[in-house]
Amino acid sequence: MEKSTFWVFRLATYLILIAGFSVFGDIVVKGSATVFGAFKTTSTFPYFTNTFLTEAPESLYVFEHKGEKREMGDREYRAFREKETAAALAAGQPAPQFKADSYVYSAGGIWPCIVGTVLLVVGSMTIALLLGVSSAIFLSEYARDGAFVRFVRLAILNLAGVPSIVFGLFGFGMFVIYFDWNVSLLAGWFTLAFMVLPVVITASEEALKAVPKGFREGSLALGATKWQTIRSNVLPYALPGILTSSILGIARVAGETAPIMFTAAYVVRDKLPWDVEKISDFFFQGVMALPYHIYVVSSKIPQNEYTARVQYGTAFVFLGIVALIAASSIVLRNKLRGRYKW
Amino acid sequence: MDTPAATPASRTFNVPATASAADGAQTLIEIDSFDFYYGAKQALFDINLRLADKRVTAFIGPSGCGKSTLLRCLNRMNDLIDGTSVKRGNVKIRGIDIYGRDVDSIELRKRVGMVFQKSNPFPKSIYENITYGLRIQGVKSKARLDEVVEKSLRGAALWDEVKDRLHESGLGLSGGQQQRLCIARTIAVEPEVILMDEPCSALDPIATAKVEELIHELKKQFTIIIVTHSMQQAARCSDQTAFFYMGKLVEFGETRDIFMNPKNPQTEAYVSGRFG
Ligand SMILES: Nc1ncnc2c1ncn2[C@@H]1O[C@H](COP(=O)(O)OP(=O)(O)O)[C@@H](O)[C@H]1O
Ligand SMILES: [Mg+2]
Repeated sequence: MEKSTFWVFRLATYLILIAGFSVFGDIVVKGSATVFGAFKTTSTFPYFTNTFLTEAPESLYVFEHKGEKREMGDREYRAFREKETAAALAAGQPAPQFKADSYVYSAGGIWPCIVGTVLLVVGSMTIALLLGVSSAIFLSEYARDGAFVRFVRLAILNLAGVPSIVFGLFGFGMFVIYFDWNVSLLAGWFTLAFMVLPVVITASEEALKAVPKGFREGSLALGATKWQTIRSNVLPYALPGILTSSILGIARVAGETAPIMFTAAYVVRDKLPWDVEKISDFFFQGVMALPYHIYVVSSKIPQNEYTARVQYGTAFVFLGIVALIAASSIVLRNKLRGRYKW
Repeated sequence: MDTPAATPASRTFNVPATASAADGAQTLIEIDSFDFYYGAKQALFDINLRLADKRVTAFIGPSGCGKSTLLRCLNRMNDLIDGTSVKRGNVKIRGIDIYGRDVDSIELRKRVGMVFQKSNPFPKSIYENITYGLRIQGVKSKARLDEVVEKSLRGAALWDEVKDRLHESGLGLSGGQQQRLCIARTIAVEPEVILMDEPCSALDPIATAKVEELIHELKKQFTIIIVTHSMQQAARCSDQTAFFYMGKLVEFGETRDIFMNPKNPQTEAYVSGRFG
C-alpha cells in the first residue's frame, strides 16, 4: 500500500517532467531549425545576418522554375521575376510565366514583434513598479491598519484573480475607447500594468516588511523624517526582493495575448515603432508583439508546413526573450543584494 | 546649515536653565506627573523626575516595569506606535515641553539621540553609517563629513580599530564594535542627550567593559540615560539611579545611596537581588 502510493506520486512527477520536456523540446527543436536556418552571410561587418530576427514578416512564394522548386519572400520574388523577365526579353524570348502559391507571413522575420514585445514589457513594468511600489509604501508604511486598508487588500487580492481577457476588455473600454488612445502602446502599457499590479504590490509589501525594524528606528532616532527613512534606509534594501517577485510579472506581461489583442497589438505593421514623425506619436501607435503574432500565424491564416516554421520559430524566440529579460533582472537583483546585505 | 549646533532646533532648546539640582548641577530634563498609555493600557503612572545635565542616570527595575517606555518618551519614539498617548503631565527639556504643540519631533530627535538594545548599524559602510544623520540634514561638504567621521569614531573609541576600513560594511564588525558604531553614529549629530536602552545586553563582558568605559568619557559632553538590567552596570557607570516598579517610579537618588541605603523596601529587595 505504502509503496504503491509512493509510486503513484512518483509517476505523476515523471509525467509532468515528460510533458514539460516534450513541450520545450518540440519548440526548441523545430524552432531552432527556423531561427538558425535563417543565418546568412553578408559582405559587410559583422559578415552575417539572421533574417528571421532582423526582418519584418513577408508573404512566402512557392513556385517552380526551370524544373526546380523555389521558395522566396515577397521582395526577393518580385526582384527575381523582373530579372528573369528582363533576361528573357534581352534574349528575344517570350516573357516567362510564373505561377506561384503564396502564403502570408511565412517568410521574412519577426523583428517588429520582438521590438513590440520588449517595448510592452519595459513600459508596463515601469508603470507597474512605480504604481505598485508607491501603493505598497503607502499600505505598509503610512496607512494605519483599519477597515480601509483591509478593503484595499481585498480589492488587490480580487484583482489578482481576474482573467487576463477581462483586463483586455477593461483596457479596451477604458483606454482605447473612453480615453480615445486608440489601439496603442500606451493603452497596452496601462492594461498590462494593471494586470500585474497585484503581483507587484504584494511582492513589494513583503519585501518592505522584511526590512528589519531596527533600520527604521535607527534612522528615525537620528532625526530623519519618515520619508527620508523610507527612501534611504528601507527602500534600497527592499528593492532586491521587489525585483525578484517582479520577474514573475515580466514573464506574464511578455506572454499574455488577451490583454493586448484589443489594446495594443496590430496583426501587421510595416513601420518600426521609432519610425514616427512626432515623439507623441510613439505612444499612440500600435505594435506587433510575439504572443499575438503566434496567435495570428496559428489561427488566423490557413495552416500548412510553411506556417508551422514561423510558429515554432516565433515561439522559440519568444521563450528566449523572456528568459533573457528574466536573467537580466536576476543579475540586477543579485548586484543590489550584494550591495545591501544584513 | 553648517554644524548641527546651529540648527533652529538647538536654538529652541537653548533656553537658560531654570531649576538647579541639590548638588549644583543644572537640571536638564524635568518630568512632571507623567501618565503614558499604550491604547487603553496604562504603562507609566505619575512619573516625577528631574535629571541633571552632563550626568549619567540609570533606569533599573524588573522586566516590563516601563523603563524602555519612559526612555522612548524622551525622544518621542513612542509616537511611532499606533494608539499611544500621554494622558497627563509633561516632559520638559531645558524648560521646553517636548510634547508641546510647536515642538517638531524630528528636531527633538536630533537633540536627543538613542542607542538601541539590539545594535542596528545600517547595511552601509562605516563611513555612511556615521554620516547618515548629517546627510539627511543636508550636509554635503566632504571635508566636514570626513572630520565628523573621525571625531565621532574617536569619541566612540572605535577609530583605531576601523580607520583602515571606513568604506567596508558596518555589519562586518563584531557585536561590541557594532554597538560602538551606533554610539558614534549618534554622537555625530551632536545631541545633548543620549538615551541607551540596555546597550550591553547582547555583548560579552569585554565588549561591555569597553562600552562602560566609553560612557565615562561621553558624560563629559553629553547627558546620558541608560536602561540596564544589570545592577552592577548601574552601580559602575551611573551617577544617579531611578528604580521603577510596575510603571511607577519607586525611588530616585544618587546611585551610591540607592545601592547602599535605599529608603524604600521594594528598592532594597530589588538591589539586593531578592526579586527581578
Ligand atoms: N508597543 C507596545 N504596545 C503595548 N504595550 C507595550 C508596548 N511596549 C511595551 N508595552 C507594555 O508596557 C509595559 C512596559 O514595557 P517596557 O517599557 O518595554 O518595559 P521594560 O523596558 O522596563 O522591560 C509592559 O507591560 C509592556 O507589556
Ligand atoms: Mg526594555
